[in-house]
Amino acid sequence: MLLYALKRLGLALIITAVALILLISMIQLIPGDPAAVLLGPLASPEMREMFRQQMGLDQPALVQIARFFGRVLTGDLGTDVLTNRSVLVTVMEQVPFTLALIFASITWSALIGIPLGCFAALYRGSLADRIVGILSVSSIALPSFVIAIYGLLLFSVKLGWFPTIGAGDRGAPLDQLYHLVLPSLAVGLGWVGYLARMVRASMLEVLSENHVRMARAFGLEERTITYRYALKIAIIPTVVLLGMGVGNMISSAVFAEIVFARPGVGKLIFDAISTRNYPVVMGAVMITTGFYVLCTLIADLVAAGLDPRVRSTL
Amino acid sequence: MSDQPFDTLSFRDSRLGRILREPMGLLGIGLVLLIVLGALFAGFTGYSPSKLAMRDRFHDPSFAHLLGTDHLGRDLFTRVLHGARIALGVAFVATGISFIGGLILGMIAGYGPRWLDSLLLLLFDSLRAFPTVMLALALVTLTGPSLAAVVLVVVLATLPGYARVVRAQTMSLKTTEFVLSARSLGAPSWRILAVHIMPNLIGPLVILVSMDIPVVITIEAGMSFLGLGVRPPTPSWGAILNDGYAFIRESAWPAIAGGLPIIIATLGFTFLGETLRDHLDPRLRQDG
Amino acid sequence: MSPLLDIKGLSVSFRTPRGDLKALRDVALQVGRGEIVGIIGESGCGKSTLINAIIGLLPANTGAVKGHIGFDGQELVGLPINAMRKLRGERITTIFQDPMTALNPVLTIGAQMTAIQYRRRASTSEKRRRAIEFLEKVRMPDAARRLDQYPHQFSGGMRQRICIAMALLTEPDLLIADEPTTALDATLEVQVIHLLRELQRDIGCSVLFISHHLGAVAELCGRVAIMYAGEVVEQGTAGDIFRDPRHPYTRKLLECDPGRITERQEILPTIPGELPDLVHVPQGCIFRDRCPERFALCGERPPEVTVRPGHQAACHKARELVAS
Repeated sequence: MLLYALKRLGLALIITAVALILLISMIQLIPGDPAAVLLGPLASPEMREMFRQQMGLDQPALVQIARFFGRVLTGDLGTDVLTNRSVLVTVMEQVPFTLALIFASITWSALIGIPLGCFAALYRGSLADRIVGILSVSSIALPSFVIAIYGLLLFSVKLGWFPTIGAGDRGAPLDQLYHLVLPSLAVGLGWVGYLARMVRASMLEVLSENHVRMARAFGLEERTITYRYALKIAIIPTVVLLGMGVGNMISSAVFAEIVFARPGVGKLIFDAISTRNYPVVMGAVMITTGFYVLCTLIADLVAAGLDPRVRSTL
Repeated sequence: MSDQPFDTLSFRDSRLGRILREPMGLLGIGLVLLIVLGALFAGFTGYSPSKLAMRDRFHDPSFAHLLGTDHLGRDLFTRVLHGARIALGVAFVATGISFIGGLILGMIAGYGPRWLDSLLLLLFDSLRAFPTVMLALALVTLTGPSLAAVVLVVVLATLPGYARVVRAQTMSLKTTEFVLSARSLGAPSWRILAVHIMPNLIGPLVILVSMDIPVVITIEAGMSFLGLGVRPPTPSWGAILNDGYAFIRESAWPAIAGGLPIIIATLGFTFLGETLRDHLDPRLRQDG
Repeated sequence: MSPLLDIKGLSVSFRTPRGDLKALRDVALQVGRGEIVGIIGESGCGKSTLINAIIGLLPANTGAVKGHIGFDGQELVGLPINAMRKLRGERITTIFQDPMTALNPVLTIGAQMTAIQYRRRASTSEKRRRAIEFLEKVRMPDAARRLDQYPHQFSGGMRQRICIAMALLTEPDLLIADEPTTALDATLEVQVIHLLRELQRDIGCSVLFISHHLGAVAELCGRVAIMYAGEVVEQGTAGDIFRDPRHPYTRKLLECDPGRITERQEILPTIPGELPDLVHVPQGCIFRDRCPERFALCGERPPEVTVRPGHQAACHKARELVAS
């Protein structure tokens, strides 16, 4: 387990590093002058030159990459052009809002998706199973931003049940929760289907295994077999999926934050693009990518921990 | 089934016949046809997708305007049909590039030397480490919004997955009898790859790629929604949706009109892809 | 006293795309109290279906189930699911073929052994004590400590011992052992068989022992039934069957078994020909196509010939085929 964890950690670090290198190389690879794009057509040549120097874009690529790494390792992601603060501070201010949204979405979709998958597996082939199947596929296919806008249109604009914008008042948890309902609905809906499908598939696999037959031969109740015997195994691949899905959720969260005008990392990046606040965009992209890699790492480790066969290989 | 003699194959038993007999397959084909026909007949609605008509703003649906009009008085139905061209065009071009790129890079990784394989694998995994929207946001900050940027994001987001599958398949094919015997006869690597390995990869890859069409449509619409894709007044579904979102309090119809084709297209291609996969290659059921 | 298990005229069929597959046809079998009965047959002869029918775990595509399965005077065919579940694991327990996959990989042995005692009103520690007691009975060294280990930490032989311990834990009336030694190697097989007999004497239960290893059956069982293609073709005492077989299939089986107990076999040595198609069951004797003794009368269904009390063979020539 320890060895596995270390290996997995090493891999995560390498992947993050390469991802960062790719990000920086993009600046080099993409034709055109980033300074021109970032500063807009109205900028004077002198401004562009200054910007290039500021960003270190006038240096050779390798020097840029090396310098960049040096800075990232010390936690320095550059300076927020608008407020002159550290990018790290700017981004970290927004992280809790995005985390709350993602956490709420995962929680509700897991609470519904996992039992739904078990149910479909238990009644496989039935009409209910088929309906769950089609609904799952549909919920996976539907883009979250369409759900977000339709939800906004129906529940906020037309019915007025939920607030349209913001994250709620600071220090009023209930109000904040209230503001989370529609965004997390949009972000999590696809996940209900994803989890239901995944759990159903691995559940079916487990339920056909010999030890389940043995448990039945000992007269254990079907409920015990499903939730104590089978789900414990079927949940392992689902956990891995949850980790990978966080990346997907980050994408959905960006849309949800923009549609519902919620503070958060997605909204931050989006606004930073329109104000050409380049360091904030890059810093926030880096932090979210790192967060995503961390999530897959944690999910893999948790999954490994749930499986005694892996756990004991110290 | 494939082991049946040919002459007993009626339409009912043919692949298309079997897909049409499944409700999900039938629905999928129907919805996809709707989109394709829309793209084909976009020029015949009698309206321009981009000409302003400020006197006709925010009309509710009627026979004159099937989906109503938007904040600039443009006929939404016409814009939606033109949007189908963009969506299908991007889907076609981007998946095509991804398909070819994934095939080539995957085969190189699977067949080439170990170090190259490790390097490519690392590259694929690193690309997959970016949440797609983050990739799009970072990229467009540098290039500015354009259709090319959309295609690039789609390729970067989907190619690594295809390459990984191709790589794995290539590796298992590498050790099969027919490849080994071709090698022992001194066939050059490119010939083995082109003649013996590639034909076996294309089928599964086509299914995999076609399953991703809804994803591609989502990326295009999503980027256009964020203003990272096509520039106005080009009628992308995402752009229509964004206009509708901006004026959601004035009229619900522009928002509805922008979302509807996205829903139809993603569901249609998903249903079709799912049914196709189940019929053509049950092994690909990752279930996922 | 009536036999513990009394199967009469049992027929089971499965729905398949080709039609109904008649997996069991008119099977009659009795297991007396405290008796060990062996069932021998090739793969696909219907042994597994017979077991599943007894313990009520037939698969979802099961079609018609006809006939009677009497268990201690109770009819099991058509018994409601819950009533059946009360018998399973309490009065009827089963040991399965492959010990490597028979235990849940993510639960400790102790958790699984206490879970099956869910009917007993006892504390968890009481249930654990009983689990340890039975692990010791199957000679598991260091049982108390190993209770908290997971299945993958045990060898195949040890896992089969755990399964045996679990099956005997509730002191059942009937123990069904479905090829419990097939997945084990020869030395382990002998050990497990000795262990089974010893514990059976201890507890006094009846055993239905399914195997295609003739040696194991000869060693363990009082009475033996030979199954072929969904029918019981011959049954009698172990002595009758092994010394004076009257059905041509039994005779072939015995001829084909070279090593008897010393050699472990995956499949029985082949008899020329193939199993008949059970979707379109041929008329007459089921073994006819492969039978060396075939003659005109075999197109008719053979009678159940009683060779001597307790020894029946379903063959027209049963009285003539005397051991050479």
